[in-house]
Amino acid sequence: MSLTLLVAQLLNGLQYGVLLFLLAAGLTLVFGVMSFVNLAHGSLYMIGAYAGALAYGASGSFAVGILAAMAAALAIGLVLEVTIVSRLYRRDHLDHVLATFGLVMFFNELVRILWGPQPIFVQVPDVLSGTVDLFGFTYSSYRFAIIAVGLVVAVGSRLLIHKTRIGMLIRAGAQNPQLVSALGVNIGLLNALLFGVGAMLAGVAGAMAGPVLSVQSGMGEPVLITTLVVIVIGGIGSVSGAFYAALIVGVVDTLGRVFLPLILRQLTERSIADAAGPALASMSVYVLMAAVLALRPQGLFPARRG
Amino acid sequence: MFQRALVATLYCATLAASAATASAATIGLMAPLSGPQALVGQDQVDGFLLALEQHGGKLGGQPTTVVKEDDQLRPEIGQQAVRKLIDKDKADAIVGLSFSNVLMGSLARLTESGVVAIATNAGPSPLAGAQCKPNVFSMAWQNDGAAEAMGKFAQDRGLKRVYLMAPNYQAGKDMLAGFKRFYKGQVVDEVYTQVNQPDYSAEIAQLQAARPDALFVFYPGGMGINFVKQLNQAGLSGKLPLYSVFTVDGTTLPSLREAAVGVVSGGMYDASLDNPENRRFVAAFEAKYKRAPSLYAATGYDAANLLDIALRKAGGDPKKLAVAVKAAGSELRSVRGPFAFGRNNMPVQDYYAFETARDGGKVVTRLVGTPFKAHVDPYAAQCTLP
Repeated sequence: MSLTLLVAQLLNGLQYGVLLFLLAAGLTLVFGVMSFVNLAHGSLYMIGAYAGALAYGASGSFAVGILAAMAAALAIGLVLEVTIVSRLYRRDHLDHVLATFGLVMFFNELVRILWGPQPIFVQVPDVLSGTVDLFGFTYSSYRFAIIAVGLVVAVGSRLLIHKTRIGMLIRAGAQNPQLVSALGVNIGLLNALLFGVGAMLAGVAGAMAGPVLSVQSGMGEPVLITTLVVIVIGGIGSVSGAFYAALIVGVVDTLGRVFLPLILRQLTERSIADAAGPALASMSVYVLMAAVLALRPQGLFPARRG
Repeated sequence: MFQRALVATLYCATLAASAATASAATIGLMAPLSGPQALVGQDQVDGFLLALEQHGGKLGGQPTTVVKEDDQLRPEIGQQAVRKLIDKDKADAIVGLSFSNVLMGSLARLTESGVVAIATNAGPSPLAGAQCKPNVFSMAWQNDGAAEAMGKFAQDRGLKRVYLMAPNYQAGKDMLAGFKRFYKGQVVDEVYTQVNQPDYSAEIAQLQAARPDALFVFYPGGMGINFVKQLNQAGLSGKLPLYSVFTVDGTTLPSLREAAVGVVSGGMYDASLDNPENRRFVAAFEAKYKRAPSLYAATGYDAANLLDIALRKAGGDPKKLAVAVKAAGSELRSVRGPFAFGRNNMPVQDYYAFETARDGGKVVTRLVGTPFKAHVDPYAAQCTLP
């Protein structure tokens, strides 16, 4: 294993991590602030991917695609919040899960009816279609762009939460929603805004993933599960926790996939290692989550509570 | 919608006809019609219905009712559907039968009932070998066939160092084993990834570091789209020859386009095959469904034409149908070229190598070789059928 290969793998982990962060940021806020379990977050990611792919295909501009994805996910997120989600805040978590799981099935089927089961083709934008040479190693420019966008969103959300009035209200709402509302803040509006922004970030993640992954019905579920792992590890309700945890999960998953089969080959017979390696690698992030839950149930970087 | 209407019309037509004539055929069509593999199932149904339409809604001269069932790619749902088709719908034959795991799950009921079953998407090795059944046929392939053809093709091209990748489940292992059965050069590494893994960046970096002469993969459906696109984005297309099976095919090519240029695929069918039956099929399919037929549509189409011959031969006697199907295999003018059933009821057919190429502004596939002529699978010897 050469150093450049290790660097390339760390970049892969970082890229996967920032994509997870875009999803986790919205999910952890909704979960932490409103105590709402939103399984339909993956559907918003899918909506972003479709809106981005269609707008990009029609206009020829990837930037238009991203904007369309943000607009579509924000709009649908707000509609969902007003019509369905806001009625469920006071209900039990089981009701949240039932309602949002229903939404997942609804959106998957809707997408299939509208655009068929065939995955939609999304080209990498021409500017980013090349590769970057890393000491004799080629790395996709587009993946560098994903990393850049993820880091910009991370910095932006940190500034938003720690330096602005809205951010202050979000933090206050996370700690004591009744008191915030007693102080005259329209907590309903704040919740809707938060849900919409979370949806928008999921939409951006979907649109960014479009050229790399296949855009199709049901694409949101596998990534949603990993996102839930991220917010549990990071500490529910903590955006900076979600950021660090997303990077940790991204790197652990990537390095696990690379190294576990190699290590197992040293320890056991080839055929056993080939079968067990990928299976164990797919478990690595869940094992990490179990360890975190056992040692620090509040997560590694929990939001500070008053 | 249109198809549903078509089936309904056929059904009505059959009800009317069955009052007048005693003999009418009921065919069960079972395929994954929802979920990520729905496209594969839909193509089989569309191919079958097209052939039925060409025969004027009759197979073997008998007005035919088609009952569609969705197995959702789950063996337990498939079992229920097969049971319903046999017990309630009294199907004369069941076509489709989904992927290997679903087919194997329903095998006990199919064997016990004796109803003719024609798989259009699977040919698992147990069924090809010791567990072969007189009434269960594969219209598609023995599962290893295409991979064996790619192994032979790589061997014939004199490739020295090949890197192998597949998802970590039975079919993935079978494909790599099939490749290695005919490829005698050095296998640089054999990598198994998680099933339905969306991102292959880590594996692609490892692959780059290993510097093989060529890469052989099996990544069906969405996995293949992700893998080929990402390989292309990593700058490996054109530098690293890619050989594949069930990865770049009629269902994934529209989502891959330029990313698939240069990929060589092994298989028994592609819409570009040049024979009169296929030209007629492709023209009719494109006219009706506004897309090119995949190999799954071809197996569905062939299955309907096979049943047309077999039902005529059996002359309305259900007990004779299995024997008639077997004999009909060699009479069928398949869109894939020469075809017959082997003694284990698996296809004996040619396997081709297709290359995806750029032609003007379009991405097309063209035939670059025929590694196997009338290939008999390696499990046939274990089958005890006469």
